[in-house]
Amino acid sequence: MKLNVPRLLLRLTCLLIAIWLVAPTLIVIPMSFAGQKSLAFPPKGFSLQWYENFFTNPQWIGSLIVSAKVALMVAVVATIIGTMAAIGIERMKGSAAGIIRAVLITPMIVPGVVLAVGIYAVYLDTRLVGTWTGYVLAHTLLAIPFVVIAVGANLAVFDARLETAAASLGASRLTTFFTITLPLILPGILSGSLFAFVTSFDEVIVSLFITSPQLKTLPVQIYSSMTRDADPTVAAVGSLIFLATSLIIGLGLIFGMRGRKA
Amino acid sequence: MPSKPAPRVLRGPLYLTLPALAVLVLVMAVPLGVIVLRSFMEPQPGLANYVWFFQTKVNITVLLRTFSIAFWVTLCCVLAAYPYAFAMSVVGPRLRLAMIMCVLVPFWVSGVVRTLAWVILLQDSGVINRLLLSMGFEKVRLIRTQLGVTIGMTQVLLPFMIMPLYAVMRGIDLRLLQAARSLGAHPVKTFLQIYLPLSLPGVFAGVTIVFILALGFYITPLLLGGPQSTMLSTLIQQQVLSLLNWGRGGAMGVVLLIATFGILAIASPFMKRKYQMSGGSK
Repeated sequence: MKLNVPRLLLRLTCLLIAIWLVAPTLIVIPMSFAGQKSLAFPPKGFSLQWYENFFTNPQWIGSLIVSAKVALMVAVVATIIGTMAAIGIERMKGSAAGIIRAVLITPMIVPGVVLAVGIYAVYLDTRLVGTWTGYVLAHTLLAIPFVVIAVGANLAVFDARLETAAASLGASRLTTFFTITLPLILPGILSGSLFAFVTSFDEVIVSLFITSPQLKTLPVQIYSSMTRDADPTVAAVGSLIFLATSLIIGLGLIFGMRGRKA
Repeated sequence: MPSKPAPRVLRGPLYLTLPALAVLVLVMAVPLGVIVLRSFMEPQPGLANYVWFFQTKVNITVLLRTFSIAFWVTLCCVLAAYPYAFAMSVVGPRLRLAMIMCVLVPFWVSGVVRTLAWVILLQDSGVINRLLLSMGFEKVRLIRTQLGVTIGMTQVLLPFMIMPLYAVMRGIDLRLLQAARSLGAHPVKTFLQIYLPLSLPGVFAGVTIVFILALGFYITPLLLGGPQSTMLSTLIQQQVLSLLNWGRGGAMGVVLLIATFGILAIASPFMKRKYQMSGGSK
């Protein structure tokens, strides 16, 4: 590439887009140390009161615990179900695989509110509104596509002849699965379960409909706080989530790179 | 893909997918079925809810607005994502990692919190307005306007455009461009006749995903928008939760569902299969 003006323009454009993508995420961090109860930027003064509020107010810390528990259950259930489905799809022949795969991905596409209204209607009749089962079921539905995609991508590069080899050497089905298949598709399963956890932890639309004052998830609590008043506690929550995610992804990167070298 | 010998292990692939399909039926198919049923049955059997929907001016206004916001958001996403994804596909591995990070960072804070950030940025005394003032421009009303909603939604949806575009662009052989240039083609012509057509599958995939997701947006328009920027999702929620009118809310939901899947059906032949949804995972 000889022309330098277009190249410079491209760089500038990309820089601006990168800022545009990242800035709204980072602006939350200084807000969380605000001295006053206001959302004016830049914040005036410095305090840790919003973090203190988050960790001491039962509304906030309670909803965090609810969200963490729900997301953990969803990660386990969706990963098992989704991995099974991905393996099933990979073993299928013909167009059936494509159809089932497309069907399993639809929860990502159905408009959130339509799904939420439908789930709310069914939950009202089955008394699942504001229950653990209700949250876990709904979030599992939304998490399954991510697991199917992640594990499916891993299975696509997996050499199925290894299984045949193990079987021909006399290994039982279960032995083959746990000693050959599982270790090889573990990266896909792990990233799938991480996606499942995040999907549940971050889900707000369906949760807003099926919530109850006794059992509230963190995004619902954040949402109701935002519609009530300008409370920087939300910024503190956002910063904490950002910190946690950065740590997980950082560890994942280090782990992933080591795995690739090995 | 290498041919797969019939696996003796884990035979019977269909039953493996049954638990997932069961969840889908119970938590998605049945609820959506209930919505469709109620739209025709409540309060009386018939098409009354649909007649009401298409004869009420507010509904049509909101429906058209929903499409227009989705259109503008999609357009902005294409214009921003195209150069970005192109740069991603040509830079070195380190810079590429940094660029991917920038795309993924927005996902690191919860979606609702991200909307809070936009409230802070867009409000009348917010960062953007003060920047405009200091540069000598006039104040612009951003919060509770359609413009504000569009800005916020574009940022949220941009990654969904960048990823499929990048997946396609990564596979384009840049030597084709060199060949065209060495044969004397003008850079603009090279781009229009060679690069653009090759990248179109990615554009189609991204446009479809972004447009569909934008149609169903709920939280961002609710928190960044005002009465003048209500989208269809908000109207559905109002009918069901505030007015307890399941029939009308259901009819609106069905309209949104049909719009979503109609667009998907029209668009899918234009996308290469492997770039659909997964953003080219292979």
